[in-house]
Amino acid sequence: MKKLGTDMPRREFLENCSRALPPWLLVFSVVGSAESLVADEEGQYDASKHNYAMGVDIHRCIGCGRCADACKKENKVPLEPTFFRTWVERYIIPTSGEARVDSPNGGIDGFPEPQEDIDVLRTFFVPKLCNHCANPPCVQVCPVGATFESRDGVVLVDDSYCVGCRYCIQACPYGARYLHPEKKVADKCTFCYHRITKGLAPACVEVCPTQARIFGESGQQSSPLRHFLRFNDVSVLKPWLNTSPKVYYANADGEVR
Amino acid sequence: MNRLPRQLTPLLVIFVVAIGSLFVARHLLVPRTFGEYGHYRAAAVGEIAGQEFTYAGSLACADCHSDVYDLKQNSFHAGVACEVCHGPAKRHVDAPDEFVPEKPKGRGFCPLCHGYNPSRPSGFPQILPDVHNAGKACMTCHEPHNPTLPHPPEECSACHREIASKKMVSRHTNVACTVCHTVPPEHYQNPRLALAKKPLSKAVCGQCHASDASSSREIPRVDMTAHGGRYQCWDCHYPHYPEAIQ
Ligand code: SF4
Ligand code: SF4
Repeated sequence: MKKLGTDMPRREFLENCSRALPPWLLVFSVVGSAESLVADEEGQYDASKHNYAMGVDIHRCIGCGRCADACKKENKVPLEPTFFRTWVERYIIPTSGEARVDSPNGGIDGFPEPQEDIDVLRTFFVPKLCNHCANPPCVQVCPVGATFESRDGVVLVDDSYCVGCRYCIQACPYGARYLHPEKKVADKCTFCYHRITKGLAPACVEVCPTQARIFGESGQQSSPLRHFLRFNDVSVLKPWLNTSPKVYYANADGEVR
Repeated sequence: MNRLPRQLTPLLVIFVVAIGSLFVARHLLVPRTFGEYGHYRAAAVGEIAGQEFTYAGSLACADCHSDVYDLKQNSFHAGVACEVCHGPAKRHVDAPDEFVPEKPKGRGFCPLCHGYNPSRPSGFPQILPDVHNAGKACMTCHEPHNPTLPHPPEECSACHREIASKKMVSRHTNVACTVCHTVPPEHYQNPRLALAKKPLSKAVCGQCHASDASSSREIPRVDMTAHGGRYQCWDCHYPHYPEAIQ
């Protein structure tokens, strides 16, 4: 390397600096990679070979709320209302006027009688959860990289790295996130990542008595999800936001948001 | 030889120290596996995947309780996983004697699905809990693992609503399900024990659509021997949506 001196142009100095960087980076990255190697050896699961998605058939949902209940039990979601990874909404569309949507305790304890004062045109249940967007605003806004899209298409939150700033909760157009009151970090549906990576169905899919929820891999011909997508006109929530959700709804009314 | 101007020396030292401490700080603050797959900590994926699960899945129950499982599998509750009513049972699978799963009693649980609610799909079996044998536990009359209905459903749409609602807006709306499907009477009591049968050949469609069929003239006709070749009609025309769909 040329000796530093007054006649050394600034550009050259910077170039030399950048040439000196790689050895430093190498030192740090060797230390870093040891940890992940262990993780790979433990299981044969290869994330890059999967691409998960969910289907929801609104015609089949009976609003029993077993999915929301199972989700809380499976994922240790606080039992008080307002904290949900998945919940069930009831839509009541009157013959005139605005659609009414309610979800008392996420539907876990059932739904009270709808008010008598309106002429009901249609009414149905819509289960909701994180849409695992392929273009997720929550990931874009996370300042530290604690929320991310894994290689198998699942949007996850790194508990031990999240700083609890709530940006992602603000950014999610589907209200799919909440701040965990004990852990003080953002929390949301993971498609039961700890189950699906072992070949089990997500808890909500496991307990849905009417098979209103269908889970599978969008790239796999034999997956029940492919059959669901083939035989239904599916839609996604708020398609105009270009978030590319991976939760597909069949038989969704135009009113469903 | 050029000499380094005196004022540059401290500047250089500051520079080196600043860059050095930047790397040290980066090394200390940025987690080891950050950036391995993307802008996140790769090790978090393994941590999340490694969490404990509590729902064991119906197949785990079938291993020991095959009698109950088989009974349920042939009944209206075939699609209802054991843990819907009995709660998460992984602990029971791990230590069958120490942890016993729940058993819903009384009248609180069943109406979560079967209580009348106008938002439920029509045809789904529903009762008014206040007037339906008030005060009695559901289980005094109904065996939950084989809840044969006292009045078998007369319409297929009671259970097959999805298909019924498709057919309702298609040209096949007035064709009864039994024109194409053979339905044994037991199917209405134990749907899985006696399955309804799907048509096996083009002849079923030919009843109405063959050029020599005796059906009404408005019905489109095709030459059954030439049209579609070796394919079955439903390879191209979904019968509940009979228009050919691209
Ligand atoms: S639904 Fe919300 S939380 Fe889920 S990926 Fe999309 S933006 Fe993120
Ligand atoms: S468990 Fe199934 S039927 Fe019951 S509310 Fe959830 S999605 Fe609807």
